[in-house]
Amino acid sequence: MEKQNTQETLRDIWVLGDYRNYFQSRVTLQILARARALAKGTGGRVCALVFGHGVDEYAREYIAHGADLVYVMDDPRLADYSVQTYSHLLTCLAADHQPEILLIGATRFGQEIAPRTAKALKTGLTADCIDLEIDDKDRLVQIAPSFGGNLIAKIITPAARPQMATVRPGTFQERPHDDLAKGQIIRLEVPEDLPEERVRCIRSAYKPAKAQGIEKADIVITGGRGMGSKRKFKKLFDLARVMNAEVGATRPVVYADWISHDALVGQAGKHIRPKVLFSFGISGAIQHTAAVTDADFIVAVNKNPNATMMKMADVAIVADANQVCSGIIRAIKEKIRD
Amino acid sequence: MVSELPWNSKTGTLKRELAEGMMDPSSRQALEAAVRLAGSAGSDGVTITALSMGPPMAEEVLYQALSLGADRGVLLTDRRMAGADTYLTSFVLAAYIRKYAPDTDLVLCGSQTSDSETAQVGPQLACELDIPAIGWASDIRLSGRTVTVCRHVDDFMETLEMDLPGLITVDQGAFSPAYATLGGVQEAFDTTDAVRILDAAALGLDDGFNALKDSPTRIIDVYSPTTEKENRILKGAAKTVVDQLFKDYGKVISSAMGKDLKTK
Ligand SMILES: Cc1cc2nc3c(=O)[nH]c(=O)nc-3n(C[C@H](O)[C@H](O)[C@H](O)COP(=O)(O)OP(=O)(O)OC[C@H]3O[C@@H](n4cnc5c(N)ncnc54)[C@H](O)[C@@H]3O)c2cc1C
Ligand SMILES: Nc1ncnc2c1ncn2[C@@H]1O[C@H](COP(=O)(O)O)[C@@H](O)[C@H]1O
Repeated sequence: MEKQNTQETLRDIWVLGDYRNYFQSRVTLQILARARALAKGTGGRVCALVFGHGVDEYAREYIAHGADLVYVMDDPRLADYSVQTYSHLLTCLAADHQPEILLIGATRFGQEIAPRTAKALKTGLTADCIDLEIDDKDRLVQIAPSFGGNLIAKIITPAARPQMATVRPGTFQERPHDDLAKGQIIRLEVPEDLPEERVRCIRSAYKPAKAQGIEKADIVITGGRGMGSKRKFKKLFDLARVMNAEVGATRPVVYADWISHDALVGQAGKHIRPKVLFSFGISGAIQHTAAVTDADFIVAVNKNPNATMMKMADVAIVADANQVCSGIIRAIKEKIRD
Repeated sequence: MVSELPWNSKTGTLKRELAEGMMDPSSRQALEAAVRLAGSAGSDGVTITALSMGPPMAEEVLYQALSLGADRGVLLTDRRMAGADTYLTSFVLAAYIRKYAPDTDLVLCGSQTSDSETAQVGPQLACELDIPAIGWASDIRLSGRTVTVCRHVDDFMETLEMDLPGLITVDQGAFSPAYATLGGVQEAFDTTDAVRILDAAALGLDDGFNALKDSPTRIIDVYSPTTEKENRILKGAAKTVVDQLFKDYGKVISSAMGKDLKTK
């Protein structure tokens, strides 16, 4: 691998290109947008990395979404996603070029490759950042929920480099596709002697999880422990039906099996950005709220006016969740015009 | 054959909150996977070790692990281990395995649904031990020295294979655990010596070792989230607040629904 002028690369922000599930997950584009903003502070370039075979279209796509430079390693031996091989290559590249920052989307793949790469580079890694900033000392401030999620921590990597973080899909907004954006594509040679693959892929088939409308829905109805019981929680499905909405839930609800795990909204689940969010009987722990802040309009119903969820709502209804839910169902049925 | 189970011992809100028990749910599923594998054909003589790095009170969790099928528990506890980030946590866990259980065939971890939910300790432990690893397993089969794993990741259904020794993290929900009865826990407490407690020196970590200082990441600030949204508060009987809601915000709701609502 060719060595770059370190003076130049020292300030660069790298973003790992994760394109395998391109149409479902736009996380790389979202991180590129944030990296662009961070680069204003650092003065470095935004570089994407693409490993694979026949991946030029992704390189061009990353430039159209904000990358100044894309490093491409294209080789038939890289055709299949491999945590071991890709993290080996990523480690070698980062050791050679010494980027200042390395950001990776928290897809399952990203969550495997990031900790391995960080370990190999002997650097730190913050998981699931909800925001990233550059401080006055040009350091990356990695902002992530902590201590059981009731608090937010600002984390830095004072000495080791690169500064690494993973970011959940949906955390940042991608930039619009810009066909005229200029960027450079640099093809790097893939070393002859790749380490022997210790995990063998026997079968891999594209099989999207069953339609997950909740991330795309215009209206989401979320329910928490305050709904009281599985039976009462069911009322939210009725409301969803009349509103053509999707139902989401907090973790206690999912654990209690009032609804399936797919419906989990939060750090451990889905990130939603509906036009209107109804939140019933939810206290508003950060692991949950981190994933709903992009809702345009929030209606929260809680008996406790001081619940965090109520504080962040546009409309906070201090009342019993079940009664308000029934009331809204009735109102909609009366008012709807087909 | 020996199986090692890194045990997440971090105490805190989550465990108390879970009505069923104090164990970290992801680690509990990893234990369940270990127990099932140990019970499968051709796995005679398997020993399951529950391994945890944590404060002294985590010992209790290891007794619970014994009652759930672990053969022994190991607690790595030391002031100098406190404040470890995932880089250092995986370093300490690996130090134990290298020194005391170098013949470990399979390390099972929870995937990501532990207290801190980083999903980093498993992969980093595999790097430390220089063994192959597969994350988010929903099915694990053992045949001789080969392990076959099925998983559903990023919308791909995959079947992967590796030779032991190796590390697997198990997906949330894939290995629903058996529940410990109180009697079981009591019984476990009665089996003395089943839990071994080791400090940094016993792991051969040098005098200068200090997890907080050595961790590459540093927490510089902790704060509670605030919101600056101006919020309208509606109070009163359900009927009243619902009417008010539609009167003032009916437009917002109807446009999101993509339907026309009568205003009246
Ligand atoms: C690592 C980690 C990851 C996590 N990930 C997630 C995640 O992804 N998603 C998630 O949701 N949680 C997650 N959690 C859990 C999170 O911290 C909270 O515990 C959870 O969100 C709380 O759910 P809740 O609001 O339903 O329950 P509670 O906190 O118990 O709140 C119930 C609310 O209902 C109100 N209430 C009670 N009765 C009524 C009534 N009759 N009418 C109206 N209101 C009523 C109460 O005032 C209260 O505010 C995670 C936790 C950890 C530690
Ligand atoms: N202190 C610890 N002691 C033992 N195992 C741990 C510890 N921390 C994390 N693990 C293991 O790593 C898994 C993932 O944890 P995490 O990386 O924190 O999300 C857990 O389910 C445990 O199996």
